[in-house]
Amino acid sequence: MTYEIIALYAVSFCLIVGAAFTLVGAIGLLKFNDPMTRLHAPTKVGTVGVGALLLASIIYNGVFGDGAVQELLIMGFLFVTAPISANFIAKVNMHRRACETPPDLPAGEEWATYDLPASDIDVLDDKSTSA
Amino acid sequence: MIFATELMNYAMIGAFVVVGLCQLMAMVRVVIGPEPGDRILALDTMVVNAIGLIVLMGLSQGTRIYFEASLIIAMLGFVSTVSYARFILRGDIIE
Repeated sequence: MTYEIIALYAVSFCLIVGAAFTLVGAIGLLKFNDPMTRLHAPTKVGTVGVGALLLASIIYNGVFGDGAVQELLIMGFLFVTAPISANFIAKVNMHRRACETPPDLPAGEEWATYDLPASDIDVLDDKSTSA
Repeated sequence: MIFATELMNYAMIGAFVVVGLCQLMAMVRVVIGPEPGDRILALDTMVVNAIGLIVLMGLSQGTRIYFEASLIIAMLGFVSTVSYARFILRGDIIE
Protein backbone atom coordinates (compact mmCIF):
# COMPACT_ATOMS: atom_id res chain seq x y z
CA MET A 1 0.00 0.00 0.00
CA THR A 2 2.70 2.50 0.98
CA TYR A 3 4.65 1.45 -2.10
CA GLU A 4 1.78 2.54 -4.33
CA ILE A 5 1.35 5.83 -2.46
CA ILE A 6 5.03 6.64 -2.95
CA ALA A 7 4.68 5.79 -6.65
CA LEU A 8 1.69 8.13 -6.97
CA TYR A 9 3.65 10.96 -5.34
CA ALA A 10 6.58 10.29 -7.69
CA VAL A 11 4.28 10.34 -10.73
CA SER A 12 2.74 13.63 -9.57
CA PHE A 13 6.18 15.14 -9.02
CA CYS A 14 7.37 14.09 -12.48
CA LEU A 15 4.19 15.46 -14.10
CA ILE A 16 4.57 18.83 -12.37
CA VAL A 17 8.27 19.10 -13.23
CA GLY A 18 7.64 18.19 -16.87
CA ALA A 19 4.79 20.67 -17.21
CA ALA A 20 6.85 23.42 -15.54
CA PHE A 21 9.84 22.94 -17.84
CA THR A 22 7.56 22.82 -20.88
CA LEU A 23 6.04 26.13 -19.79
CA VAL A 24 9.48 27.67 -19.24
CA GLY A 25 10.57 26.62 -22.72
CA ALA A 26 7.42 28.02 -24.37
CA ILE A 27 7.69 31.34 -22.51
CA GLY A 28 11.33 31.63 -23.52
CA LEU A 29 10.46 30.86 -27.14
CA LEU A 30 7.84 33.59 -27.07
CA LYS A 31 9.57 36.33 -25.02
CA PHE A 32 13.25 36.35 -26.02
CA ASN A 33 14.15 38.94 -28.61
CA ASP A 34 17.00 37.44 -30.63
CA PRO A 35 16.90 34.32 -32.86
CA MET A 36 19.99 32.76 -31.27
CA THR A 37 18.62 33.47 -27.77
CA ARG A 38 15.29 31.94 -28.70
CA LEU A 39 17.16 28.82 -29.78
CA HIS A 40 18.25 28.27 -26.20
CA ALA A 41 14.89 28.03 -24.47
CA PRO A 42 13.04 25.13 -26.19
CA THR A 43 15.91 22.70 -25.61
CA LYS A 44 14.57 22.39 -22.05
CA VAL A 45 11.27 21.15 -23.47
CA GLY A 46 13.00 18.42 -25.42
CA THR A 47 15.12 17.08 -22.59
CA VAL A 48 13.70 17.68 -19.11
CA GLY A 49 10.10 18.49 -20.10
CA VAL A 50 9.22 15.44 -22.17
CA GLY A 51 11.78 13.38 -20.25
CA ALA A 52 9.91 13.93 -16.97
CA LEU A 53 6.54 13.18 -18.59
CA LEU A 54 7.93 9.92 -20.00
CA LEU A 55 9.43 9.10 -16.61
CA ALA A 56 6.00 9.57 -15.04
CA SER A 57 4.54 7.15 -17.58
CA ILE A 58 7.31 4.61 -16.87
CA ILE A 59 6.74 4.79 -13.10
CA TYR A 60 2.94 4.56 -13.40
CA ASN A 61 3.05 1.59 -15.76
CA GLY A 62 5.76 -0.08 -13.70
CA VAL A 63 3.74 0.03 -10.49
CA PHE A 64 0.13 -0.27 -11.69
CA GLY A 65 0.60 -1.91 -15.12
CA ASP A 66 2.76 -4.67 -16.51
CA GLY A 67 5.99 -2.71 -16.25
CA ALA A 68 7.43 -1.99 -19.70
CA VAL A 69 10.14 0.59 -20.35
CA GLN A 70 9.55 1.27 -24.03
CA GLU A 71 9.35 4.99 -23.27
CA LEU A 72 13.12 4.90 -22.86
CA LEU A 73 13.27 4.56 -26.64
CA ILE A 74 11.49 7.89 -27.16
CA MET A 75 13.63 9.53 -24.47
CA GLY A 76 16.86 8.26 -26.00
CA PHE A 77 15.81 9.28 -29.49
CA LEU A 78 14.89 12.81 -28.36
CA PHE A 79 18.13 13.19 -26.40
CA VAL A 80 20.20 12.08 -29.39
CA THR A 81 18.45 14.20 -32.03
CA ALA A 82 17.92 17.45 -30.08
CA PRO A 83 21.54 18.73 -30.46
CA ILE A 84 21.53 17.88 -34.17
CA SER A 85 18.38 19.89 -34.88
CA ALA A 86 19.65 22.77 -32.71
CA ASN A 87 22.90 22.81 -34.67
CA PHE A 88 21.00 22.90 -37.96
CA ILE A 89 18.76 25.75 -36.79
CA ALA A 90 21.81 27.72 -35.60
CA LYS A 91 23.37 27.22 -39.02
CA VAL A 92 20.15 28.51 -40.61
CA ASN A 93 20.32 31.63 -38.41
CA MET A 94 23.97 32.24 -39.36
CA HIS A 95 23.20 31.58 -43.01
CA ARG A 96 20.35 34.10 -42.99
CA ARG A 97 22.55 36.61 -41.10
CA ALA A 98 19.87 36.72 -38.42
CA CYS A 99 22.40 36.80 -35.59
CA GLU A 100 25.44 38.88 -34.79
CA THR A 101 28.45 38.02 -36.88
CA PRO A 102 30.63 35.40 -35.14
CA PRO A 103 34.11 36.54 -34.00
CA ASP A 104 36.90 36.95 -36.50
CA LEU A 105 39.14 33.99 -37.21
CA PRO A 106 42.87 34.06 -38.02
CA ALA A 107 43.68 35.06 -41.57
CA GLY A 108 42.99 32.43 -44.18
CA GLU A 109 40.30 30.65 -42.17
CA GLU A 110 36.53 30.89 -42.51
CA TRP A 111 33.56 29.70 -40.47
CA ALA A 112 32.38 26.41 -41.94
CA THR A 113 28.83 27.68 -42.44
CA TYR A 114 30.03 30.60 -44.56
CA ASP A 115 32.67 28.57 -46.38
CA LEU A 116 31.16 27.79 -49.76
CA PRO A 117 32.80 25.48 -52.30
CA ALA A 118 34.00 27.20 -55.49
CA SER A 119 31.25 25.61 -57.59
CA ASP A 120 28.54 27.03 -55.33
CA ILE A 121 30.07 30.51 -55.50
CA ASP A 122 29.88 30.27 -59.29
CA VAL A 123 26.20 29.28 -59.05
CA LEU A 124 25.48 32.23 -56.74
CA ASP A 125 27.30 34.62 -59.09
CA ASP A 126 25.33 33.31 -62.05
CA LYS A 127 22.08 33.86 -60.18
CA SER A 128 23.01 37.39 -59.12
CA THR A 129 24.14 38.37 -62.62
CA SER A 130 21.12 36.86 -64.38
CA ALA A 131 18.69 38.41 -61.88
CA MET B 1 -4.16 6.87 -0.66
CA ILE B 2 -7.03 9.20 -1.40
CA PHE B 3 -4.87 12.34 -1.21
CA ALA B 4 -2.19 10.84 -3.44
CA THR B 5 -4.74 9.81 -6.06
CA GLU B 6 -6.32 13.25 -6.01
CA LEU B 7 -2.89 14.88 -6.28
CA MET B 8 -2.06 12.78 -9.33
CA ASN B 9 -5.40 13.61 -10.96
CA TYR B 10 -4.87 17.33 -10.41
CA ALA B 11 -1.25 17.10 -11.63
CA MET B 12 -2.42 15.33 -14.78
CA ILE B 13 -5.12 17.92 -15.50
CA GLY B 14 -2.61 20.72 -14.88
CA ALA B 15 -0.06 19.09 -17.16
CA PHE B 16 -2.66 18.76 -19.91
CA VAL B 17 -3.57 22.45 -19.61
CA VAL B 18 0.04 23.65 -19.46
CA VAL B 19 1.31 21.56 -22.37
CA GLY B 20 -1.68 22.57 -24.49
CA LEU B 21 -1.02 26.22 -23.64
CA CYS B 22 2.63 25.77 -24.63
CA GLN B 23 1.47 24.30 -27.94
CA LEU B 24 -0.55 27.48 -28.55
CA MET B 25 2.41 29.69 -27.58
CA ALA B 26 4.69 27.86 -30.00
CA MET B 27 2.03 28.33 -32.68
CA VAL B 28 2.10 32.09 -32.03
CA ARG B 29 5.85 32.03 -32.67
CA VAL B 30 5.25 30.10 -35.91
CA VAL B 31 2.90 32.85 -37.06
CA ILE B 32 4.87 35.94 -36.04
CA GLY B 33 8.25 34.66 -37.24
CA PRO B 34 10.14 36.79 -38.10
CA GLU B 35 13.06 34.67 -39.33
CA PRO B 36 12.76 31.22 -40.97
CA GLY B 37 14.97 29.84 -38.19
CA ASP B 38 12.38 30.89 -35.61
CA ARG B 39 9.60 29.18 -37.51
CA ILE B 40 11.60 25.95 -37.82
CA LEU B 41 12.42 26.08 -34.12
CA ALA B 42 8.78 26.66 -33.18
CA LEU B 43 7.64 23.76 -35.36
CA ASP B 44 10.24 21.53 -33.70
CA THR B 45 8.93 22.62 -30.28
CA MET B 46 5.37 21.87 -31.39
CA VAL B 47 6.40 18.32 -32.36
CA VAL B 48 8.00 17.78 -28.95
CA ASN B 49 4.90 19.18 -27.22
CA ALA B 50 2.71 16.84 -29.28
CA ILE B 51 4.78 13.89 -28.03
CA GLY B 52 4.21 15.13 -24.47
CA LEU B 53 0.46 15.42 -25.05
CA ILE B 54 0.27 11.89 -26.49
CA VAL B 55 2.21 10.49 -23.54
CA LEU B 56 -0.14 12.30 -21.15
CA MET B 57 -3.16 10.91 -22.98
CA GLY B 58 -1.81 7.36 -22.72
CA LEU B 59 -1.09 7.93 -19.03
CA SER B 60 -4.58 9.26 -18.30
CA GLN B 61 -6.32 6.41 -20.16
CA GLY B 62 -4.00 3.77 -18.72
CA THR B 63 -3.20 2.21 -22.07
CA ARG B 64 0.04 1.69 -23.95
CA ILE B 65 -1.35 1.80 -27.48
CA TYR B 66 -0.15 5.38 -28.08
CA PHE B 67 3.52 4.52 -27.60
CA GLU B 68 4.18 3.66 -31.25
CA ALA B 69 2.43 6.84 -32.39
CA SER B 70 4.65 9.06 -30.26
CA LEU B 71 7.80 7.23 -31.40
CA ILE B 72 6.89 7.72 -35.05
CA ILE B 73 6.06 11.40 -34.42
CA ALA B 74 9.49 11.85 -32.79
CA MET B 75 11.25 10.38 -35.82
CA LEU B 76 9.19 12.35 -38.35
CA GLY B 77 9.72 15.56 -36.38
CA PHE B 78 13.49 15.18 -36.49
CA VAL B 79 13.49 14.39 -40.20
CA SER B 80 11.21 17.33 -41.01
CA THR B 81 13.30 19.77 -38.95
CA VAL B 82 16.50 18.69 -40.68
CA SER B 83 14.93 18.88 -44.13
CA TYR B 84 13.48 22.36 -43.52
CA ALA B 85 16.89 23.59 -42.31
CA ARG B 86 18.65 21.91 -45.19
CA PHE B 87 16.28 23.46 -47.70
CA ILE B 88 17.14 26.92 -46.43
CA LEU B 89 20.88 26.19 -46.18
CA ARG B 90 21.36 24.54 -49.56
CA GLY B 91 18.24 25.35 -51.60
CA ASP B 92 17.67 21.63 -52.03
CA ILE B 93 16.96 18.71 -49.71
CA ILE B 94 18.57 15.74 -51.48
CA GLU B 95 21.36 16.81 -53.77
